[in-house]
Amino acid sequence: MTAVASTIATPDLYLPRSATVVSKTMLTPAEMQFDVRFDNGQDLGHMPGQFAEVTVPGVGEAPISISSSPDRRGGFDLVVRRAGRLTAAMHECPTGAKLGIRGPFGTHFPVDGAMKGKDVVFIAGGIGLAPLRSAIHYVLNHRRDYGNVTILYGTKSPPERLFVDELAQWAGRPDVKFMETVDRPDANWRGNVGVITTLIPKAGIDASKAVVVACGPPIMYKFVVVSLYAVDVTDEKIFVSLERRMKCGVGKCGHCQINGLYACLDGPVFNYADIVRVQEAV
Amino acid sequence: MSIKKLSQTAMNDWVAALIRGHRVCGPMVRVDRFVYDLLRSPADLRLDHDVTTMPPKKYFLPAASVMLTYTKDGKFEPVMDAPPMVLFGVHPYDVAAIAQMDRYYTQDRVDAHYLARRKNVTIVACDVQNPSQNVFAACMGTATVREGFDVLLTRVGDDYVVEARTPAGEALLAQAGQQPDADPVSLGRRQQVWQDAQKLLRRQVLGCSPRDLPGLLEKSYDHPVWKKKSEECYSCGSCVMVCPSCFCFDVQDDVKWDLATGERKRHWDACLLTGFALVAGGHNFRKTRAERYRHRFYRKGKYLSERCGFVACVGCGRCARACTSDIANPVDVYNTLVEDQ
Repeated sequence: MTAVASTIATPDLYLPRSATVVSKTMLTPAEMQFDVRFDNGQDLGHMPGQFAEVTVPGVGEAPISISSSPDRRGGFDLVVRRAGRLTAAMHECPTGAKLGIRGPFGTHFPVDGAMKGKDVVFIAGGIGLAPLRSAIHYVLNHRRDYGNVTILYGTKSPPERLFVDELAQWAGRPDVKFMETVDRPDANWRGNVGVITTLIPKAGIDASKAVVVACGPPIMYKFVVVSLYAVDVTDEKIFVSLERRMKCGVGKCGHCQINGLYACLDGPVFNYADIVRVQEAV
Repeated sequence: MSIKKLSQTAMNDWVAALIRGHRVCGPMVRVDRFVYDLLRSPADLRLDHDVTTMPPKKYFLPAASVMLTYTKDGKFEPVMDAPPMVLFGVHPYDVAAIAQMDRYYTQDRVDAHYLARRKNVTIVACDVQNPSQNVFAACMGTATVREGFDVLLTRVGDDYVVEARTPAGEALLAQAGQQPDADPVSLGRRQQVWQDAQKLLRRQVLGCSPRDLPGLLEKSYDHPVWKKKSEECYSCGSCVMVCPSCFCFDVQDDVKWDLATGERKRHWDACLLTGFALVAGGHNFRKTRAERYRHRFYRKGKYLSERCGFVACVGCGRCARACTSDIANPVDVYNTLVEDQ
C-alpha cells in the first residue's frame, strides 16, 4: 500500500450531508419540485447540469439532477418524477422531512466556457427541462454574457409541461426566443403539434454562432442531432446530458459506464463530438 | 530487509506465533476445494493450494459491508470496520489483483472504506507450488510478483525462503525468532522456482500479449463471439463473483425493526446481472445477455486499461471453473478474437 500510505485524512466519499425538504410543489401529476436546504446552511456549490446523490433515509439513494441555478443561494431545487421506490418516497415525504445529499457530481453545461458569448439554443424533451432549467436560469441571470437565447421545449401532452409559469415568462421575454410543441394536443392546446425536431428548422439557428445544449430521453438525441446537422450545427457545438444509473457518483461502483466513459465523472454532460462514436452513448 | 530460511518446523512455529498474536487468514481445505478463512492452527494452512474458490478480495471489499448508519431524522454516521489482520499465503496473481484494486479505489478519489481495510492488512505472499487446472498467470505477467506484499514465501525443497519487504513484514518475520539467513543455494533455488513458474502457470496459453488486448477489443466490438457465447449465459454473475479483478458494487439500505434507524451496505454486484444498467422508469441500457457479456470483457480488457493502466485479469482461471455453461474462460474468447482478426 505504498502508493497511498501517505494519505492522511481521507474524506468519506459516501457520507451524505443532512438536508431538509423546505417545500414541495406539484408540477404535473407525475413530477414534483422540492426546495432542499442543507441543515448546516451551506450552499450546494454546483454548476448547471451537475447532479446530487439524494438519500431518503430508510429507502435508499439515487442520482437526481439539480434544477436551480447556482445563483440561487441558501437552497436548491430538485425535480423528481415518480418512477420508482425512492422517488415515490420523496413524493410522499412531508415538508420538513430529512434527506441526505452527496455531491454535486459530474460535468456541467459549459455556461462558463463554450457557451459564453455564443447564441445558446436549449433543447429540452419532457423531464429533460429539469436539469436544463439550471442552465437556463444561469444564462438568463447573466444575459449579457451570451448572444441570442433560444429555448425549444417538447412534451408528449399539455398536462406534462413543467414550470408552466416560467414557460410563460420565457415566452414573454423580448431577449428570448421560446418555442414549444406537444406530441398529442388536447382540446385547449393552441400551440405547435409534433415532436421536438419539428421546431429545429423553424428556430433560425445560426450555426456559425450557436452552441446547442440538449437534455431529453435517449431516443430524442438520435433525432435531434440529425435535425441539427441539417441546419449545419456540428458535433463540437452540441452538448447533451446522459442519464445512467450513477449509484456511487464517484467512479467506483461501475454502474454508469457508457462503454469506457463514466456518466458520473466524464458526464452527465458530454460534448457530442466525444460520444458520437461511443456505441453505448445514444 | 531480511531474507531468512525457515524449515517446515520453523514455519509451523512461526504461523502458530502469528495466530497467537494476530487475526490470520489463509488458504485451507473446505470439502474438496480451497478457501481463505481464519486459521486456528498451523495445520489448517495449505500453502500447497492450487487456487482458492474465492479470491482474497473479500477482505478488502467484503461481499456485504456496512458503510454508514442513519436515522430517519437525517443523522448519518460513517462506519469504518477495518479489523487488522494478516493475510497469509496469497498467490502472486492475487497479489497483482490486490494492487489493481488499490489503484482503482485510490485513484482520483480515495475510497476511505477500502483504504481503511487495506491499510490494516499485512500480506504474506507465497509462490505457487501447485498450478491449478485453468491458470494462465504466466501469460498475464502475474506468475511471480516483485511488489505489493509485505513478506514473500517461496518453497525450496523442504524449506522456505522468507523475504520481508516492508517494515510491517519485517515485524512479522521477527516473530519467527532467530532463523538463519537464506543461503546462496536456497536463493538460487528460489530463482529457479520463479523461472519455472513462467512455464508452470501457463496451463492455458493466451495467443497474444496482455498489452495487445485493448487494441484487439477495439476492433472486435461486433464480433460474433459475444452473441454466440452469451446464448448460453445464465446471467448468474458467478464469473464476476469469483474474479479477483472484478470490484463493482451496489448500495442498499437496510431498515431496522424500529423503522427509525438503519444501515447502508455495499454489496458485490455484477455487470452480467440483468439489472446492472437499469434506470428508474424501466430503461435498461444493456438489455441483452450479449451486451452484458461483451461489456465485462471490454471493461476488463480495454476500459480499465485506458483509465487505470491495467488489464483487469490476472490469469487465475477461477471464472473458467465457476461458469456452469463453460463460456467464461477469457483465453477461449481472446484466442477466438486473435484468430479472427
